[in-house]
Amino acid sequence: MENSVQSAIFYILAAIIVCSAVLVVTLKNIFHSLLFLVLTFFSVAGIYVLLHAEFLAAVQVLIYVGAITVLLIFAIMMTAQIYSPALRQSNQQVIPGIIVVGILLVVTLTVLGNTTWRVSEKLPASQSVNLIGKSLLTTYVLPFEVVSVVLITALIGAIIIARRD
Amino acid sequence: MITLNHYLALSAILFCVGIYGIFTRRNAIGILMSIELMFNAANINFIAFSKFITPTLLTGQVFAVFVITIAAAEATVALAIVILIYRHHKEINVDKINIMKW
Repeated sequence: MENSVQSAIFYILAAIIVCSAVLVVTLKNIFHSLLFLVLTFFSVAGIYVLLHAEFLAAVQVLIYVGAITVLLIFAIMMTAQIYSPALRQSNQQVIPGIIVVGILLVVTLTVLGNTTWRVSEKLPASQSVNLIGKSLLTTYVLPFEVVSVVLITALIGAIIIARRD
Repeated sequence: MITLNHYLALSAILFCVGIYGIFTRRNAIGILMSIELMFNAANINFIAFSKFITPTLLTGQVFAVFVITIAAAEATVALAIVILIYRHHKEINVDKINIMKW
């Protein structure tokens, strides 16, 4: 019973993700495709919850839906008015793109189908936040510190690049 | 029953949609959105492997945190560059911006 509910939720979320992702890359109006990008981010957060990654689902909603979307809205608003001709984007090279992506997808799915993963039978850790926090400050403390330097560099870099001089 | 392969297939489809967007979009902001889709596909992979292969260590989830951080930094810098280019050329169509070519 629980399995079938989980499967149903997975398939609904997967359908929403795929449909809205396709709309993100095909819609003419860039603001509409941004709104569908938000829908994709939310459904991916739902997939994280299904995978017992509650902390990452929260981070996904905060950073992707909260921060990156607002950044993209700012960029759209600052580059042109929404209904100006500059935003009526037209996709080019559609047929070659579909062919290349189709080949890539078929190859990937074939490889996936022919691989046997060493799936562990253990139950997932119940308190993922504690474990993530511990491993961030013990095993992965160096990447953690490096990533903070990367963030401050990106912050300063963005200010300097976009500064009006 | 949803297995690891289901999640990996979903992530492969999402990644391919992102690549299609990068191929066909001509608007710099549209290309950035496609890149965000691909980051999300990679994150689904990381977390699915974390749940099914190493459920007690959560290595994949830690790396997904790093991926999200790098994605935020990337979006900031890339959008700053897009705004700068727009200010100079009044254009964000990447076909028209060829000042680095000669």
